[in-house]
Parts: sequence; structure tokens; C-alpha cells
Amino acid sequence: MAKPAVLSPDTPADTVRAARWQDYFQLLKPRVMSLVVFTAATGLVAARTHIHPLLGAVAVLCIAVGAGASGALNMWYDADIDAKMRRTRGRPVPAGLVEGSEAATLGVVLSLLSVLLMGMAINWLAAGLLAFTIVFYAVVYTMWLKRWTAQNIVIGGLAGALPPAIGWAAAAGDAPLNAWLMVLIIFLWTPPHFWALSLYISTDYAKAGVPMLPVVKGAKETRKQILLYSLVFIPVCLAPAATGLGGPLYLAVSALGGLVFLTLAWRVFRSDAGDAADPRVADRALYDVAEAPAAEAAPAVEGKRPPPVGGAKDARNLFAFSILYLFALFAALLAEAMIGIRALELPL
Amino acid sequence: MTDPKKTVSVKPDADQALKARNGRNIALALGLVAFVALVFVVTLVRLGANVGNRF
Repeated sequence: MAKPAVLSPDTPADTVRAARWQDYFQLLKPRVMSLVVFTAATGLVAARTHIHPLLGAVAVLCIAVGAGASGALNMWYDADIDAKMRRTRGRPVPAGLVEGSEAATLGVVLSLLSVLLMGMAINWLAAGLLAFTIVFYAVVYTMWLKRWTAQNIVIGGLAGALPPAIGWAAAAGDAPLNAWLMVLIIFLWTPPHFWALSLYISTDYAKAGVPMLPVVKGAKETRKQILLYSLVFIPVCLAPAATGLGGPLYLAVSALGGLVFLTLAWRVFRSDAGDAADPRVADRALYDVAEAPAAEAAPAVEGKRPPPVGGAKDARNLFAFSILYLFALFAALLAEAMIGIRALELPL
Repeated sequence: MTDPKKTVSVKPDADQALKARNGRNIALALGLVAFVALVFVVTLVRLGANVGNRF
């Protein structure tokens, strides 16, 4: 039975209910899993080789379960941090619904099952990459980098970037340059994406003692780093049109979206995002970006809505668009491979 | 004066806990059955071509 070990301040002790299966499912971070499934499936299809549809589905399932397992291990180890942060204190372990040891056990069991099934059903290269991804996220990122350095999400982002290479390896049995180009795209996307977010919730990270860039180096340096990473990220997004990975649809999406991305990154750089805490995000969940514009567009009612903080809007816009852009890039690759549109090999 | 909202009766909690446990057990059983079925089907697919070649 669940033990209310690290109860969130919002949850009175006498309201802790018995854990349901959905609480265990939440340990697997289903929202993160959905992105992993999408990028892994894109890698699998972009390899443009024949794989039995059932085996392809099993490969994607193994990657999803492996990602979920590393999420459960993360929730076990980070329960103390999660209990202090607004966006994470409702998670099953800090909410007292699931014991930390249960989360750890679930993580280890699912890790072993996913890697072994991948190895036996698909191939051991994909299984090895999956095992590396799980260990990298659960041990290198969660247990080491996250609490130690402001570069935590830069290096740790590799774990979230690897699924396309695993998918490609599952389909083709190897992982050529183009598979790693997809990895590089997600790897370079991660810093501007997360730093844009951390600019408007940095007080939460500071409270939890997590050395995110805005906490350690300040908002101004973070805005500069966002712009610098974006300037490297966008050309890399165009590269698949020169390496025989992306076709004309991909080129159009990456070029147009890249322009918007750079514009938003420039706006964040010129803004005062992160200089002051934004009171509008105080009671919101982290990913409620869709609600933000409506709230801003609503007529101001004196005393009912806190005054806007200009830069936070720019940071939120970049954060929201970064998700859309990554989705569009991979959707374009997926569509081209499925329809059979020929990839380009434009001279660099 | 006691707050009626904070009064907790034992029976509903026990019922709720039992219901939650049953739900967890059913989910676990379904997961295990799905895993066994998956391994079986994957085995058929992997061996299918080789078995066909023998005849």
C-alpha cells in the first residue's frame, strides 16, 4: 500500500487515497512517451527498409516502455525535488500515492523487459542503444547531471534525442549518418526548448535547488544561450535536405519554421524574460501554454489578474513553437518516407 | 465543532481501497497476458519464414 512519504503541501494527509493503476501509468510519463514514440517511429520509417509491420510495432513499443521505465526511475530518484516544485508535486510519489521503492521496481523491471524483448525480437544493436538510453537518462542525467551542472539538459538531452536512431537500428540493423542527424536535431533542439521554459519557472527550480541555467547564470545569459543554440540548431535542421534524408516537403517545413524559430529566439534575446517572476504562471501547470494567449487576450479586470510581464510571453511563445517545429520536422520526414517522396541531396 | 467534510468513515475508504486494488490487479493481469501473447506472436513471425522453408 502507498506510504505518504513526501506529501505535497497541497495534499492534506487525510485525503490520500489508495493508488490506482492510472497512478502507476503516470510514473511512465506518458506525455514524454508520446514524443518518444513519434520520433522513434519516424526513425524506423525513414530508414526506408522492409520490416514486418508487427515487428516494427514491437520495436516502437519497446522504445516506449523503455522510455517509460526511465521516467519511473527518474520519479523515484527525484521525489524530493518533485515535492518542492509546483509543476511536479502532484506526481504519484511526492503525492504519497505510490512508494518510491515501487516506482524504482517498476522502472527496473520494465527496463529489463523492454531491452530483452527488443534484443530477442528485433536485434541487439537496437537493444544496446535502448539500454544505453535508459542508463543515460536514469543514471547520468537524473542521478548526476541534473543536480550538479547548469549544462544538465544540454548533455542529458542526448537521452531524449536517441529514439530515432533506435528506431532506425530496429528497422535496418545499422545506424548510419542520417540516423544520427535526426538525433542531432533533437539534441540541439532541447536547450532552447527547455531554457525558454525555465525562464518563466526559474523560481521553482531555485526553490528545489536544481541548477538550471537561469538560476546559476542568470536570465540574460540564458537568453543569449537560447539565441546561440538556435543559430546552430536551424542550419542543422536544413542539413537532411543535403544528406538524402529529407525531401522538398521537409526542406520547406524546416526553412519556413526555422525562420519563425529564429525570429522568436531573437525576440526572447531582446526581451526581459526571466528578469522577474511571472505571477501569471503561479497557479498553472507547466504545459498550459495553450491557455496563455487566451488569458492574455482577455480584458484586464482590475485586481483579478496580475499585471503581465512582457518577456515571459516571448519565452512562452518560443517554448510552444519549439514543440510545434520539432513535430512538423519529424512529421515531414515521416510523411515523405511513407508516401515515397524522393529525398534531396542538395549541395551544401 | 467537527467539520463534516473532514469526517472519514472507515467503510467507504476500505471499499475504495479494495476497488483500487482490484483495478491494479486487473491491469497487471492484462499486462502479463498481453506480454505473453506478444512474445508468442513475435515468435511465430520470426520463425514463420524458417518453418515454411523446411517443407
